[in-house]
Amino acid sequence: MDFLKAFVIGGLICAVGQLLIDYTKLTPARILVSYVVAGVILGGFGLYQPVIEFAGAGATVPLTGFGALLAKGVRKAVTELGLIGIFSGGLTAAAAGVTAAVVFGLIVALVFKPKSK
Amino acid sequence: MAKLCGRSTYRMERPPVVLSFAAVGGSKESQGPLADRFDYLSQDDLFGADSWEKAETKMQRLALKTAMNKGGLKKGDLNVLFAGDLLNQCTGSSYGLREFMIPFLGVYGACSTMSESLLMASVFVDSGLAKRAGAITSSHFCSAERQYRFPLEYGSVRPPTAQWTATASGAVILGETGPFPRVEVRHVCAGVIEDPGITDANNMGAAMAPAAACVLKRYFQESATAPSDYDHIFTGDLGEVGSKLLYELLQRDHIDISDRHQDCGLILFDQQRQDVHAGGSGCGCSASVLCCHILPEMLAGRYKDVILAATGALLSPTMVQQGDTIPGISHLVHLHFAEKEGD
Amino acid sequence: MEKHMPKPDEYQRMVKEASRGSKSYKTVPLAFLVGGAICAAGEGLRKLYLMAGLSPDWATAMVSVSLIAASALLTGLGVYDNIAKVGGAGTLVPITGFANAVVSPALEFRSEGMILGTGSKLFVIAGPVIAYGLAASWVYGFIFWLINR
Repeated sequence: MDFLKAFVIGGLICAVGQLLIDYTKLTPARILVSYVVAGVILGGFGLYQPVIEFAGAGATVPLTGFGALLAKGVRKAVTELGLIGIFSGGLTAAAAGVTAAVVFGLIVALVFKPKSK
Repeated sequence: MAKLCGRSTYRMERPPVVLSFAAVGGSKESQGPLADRFDYLSQDDLFGADSWEKAETKMQRLALKTAMNKGGLKKGDLNVLFAGDLLNQCTGSSYGLREFMIPFLGVYGACSTMSESLLMASVFVDSGLAKRAGAITSSHFCSAERQYRFPLEYGSVRPPTAQWTATASGAVILGETGPFPRVEVRHVCAGVIEDPGITDANNMGAAMAPAAACVLKRYFQESATAPSDYDHIFTGDLGEVGSKLLYELLQRDHIDISDRHQDCGLILFDQQRQDVHAGGSGCGCSASVLCCHILPEMLAGRYKDVILAATGALLSPTMVQQGDTIPGISHLVHLHFAEKEGD
Repeated sequence: MEKHMPKPDEYQRMVKEASRGSKSYKTVPLAFLVGGAICAAGEGLRKLYLMAGLSPDWATAMVSVSLIAASALLTGLGVYDNIAKVGGAGTLVPITGFANAVVSPALEFRSEGMILGTGSKLFVIAGPVIAYGLAASWVYGFIFWLINR
């Protein structure tokens, strides 16, 4: 059941992205930025947490989940540290993902070569 | 000396002769309909080099070398080269042709480069400024992608109107005279920059169609000829969308070329089978179709008079990001097959 | 433009008519299926990490790390962009798409060196996501602090 929920919610979030690609002039980069910012806003209003509780990875894996994670991190940091928390909360929450992308990116660049298409 | 007709149609007085030509292509081209006509096809799109840019320079070098060999020409026999490509600083030409030590004039006409360089080579030969002149151009899918679009491994989505940059190079050598039967350049026509206000870099055919329509229209007028005087009319790389628009634009002046028109972008690849969306593009597209299809067919006597109007989208990624539009250009070359003296 | 040429807005209409759009009846279901499958795989991983005793927050973080690793590998093998051809937004929107956006330029610009090529081009596509995600979180944090002062 949890798999189905994750599949459907995650799939729907992606399908919306596809509609934006097909029917608007938005470039993929703009769509991704909108998704992250939307995630921060939804997370900030506390609207995204229920989706995560319902769909698990179906809500955390799409980039909106990344945005909600940033919001959650900054909220935690501000609660614990006061105002200076706005400078550390977001990146702290995103640390694992960003570091993983950078490190694996470097490894892949060392090991592989781009292939002709 | 070429004679000026109208604004920019030049009628050759001593029509330059196509002495030799060669086409080089990559792996996708080797699966296309023209595969058996290429002089050299590499399954390795790197052509043994270690970067895509170096591969493109190698391709251009190979095209010229092959054309010279086929024509039995040595480096000293050529007075001048006109060459260009899609890369910044025309890397493919300047790095690819440096070792030839032939006077070099770089040109940039985006994907119209083949007809632009042929135009200039023709004028030089006709006027006696060159006994033999070369026109060379190339494009490489991978080097173009990384300069104009995204990294190769990036999962970007191509809309159906996008075109596929050919990995190919073509070289043509013109001379003052040559043995019959032969192909001669009879007319050339320099095009105007036409900007129809397209901002979508994934719809280059639409950006180039007005330029092609204008140069064809003006050429027919200035040369006092009609589409029916030509066996075939080839455009550069309008693809599916651009070709459709070209017919519509010409229809407004009651010019119909649809029964004798073909687009190089739709000949080089099999659109159904090869996932090239709206068709092929790139300097190498019209250049290789010229050298693999048009010239061989003419020499076989199947076409007598042919128009090649290569088309270019003078796109700058910087300007498009700044919100500006994509200007288009097209230059025209009229080729004639002469079987014997006075033909 | 010369006479008989259409006016710009008229030409835009002609272009729109001549250009076939994406077949949404195909692309949207595919995005749903591929995106959904990636998320379901993430859910499977999450369950594994929870079973291994990780806290829910860490399990979620490790799901991201694992998917990023998988995407990086598929990008290196030259497969991810082929999946993206089918999946469209289904491969773009999940965290794997973010990883692909970091790894593909890292790989591509290797030819200009590890420092000025790979190093400086890493975020050439994904940069805006980090920049505006962080900026939004900063603004949100400030508002949150103001309200809860």
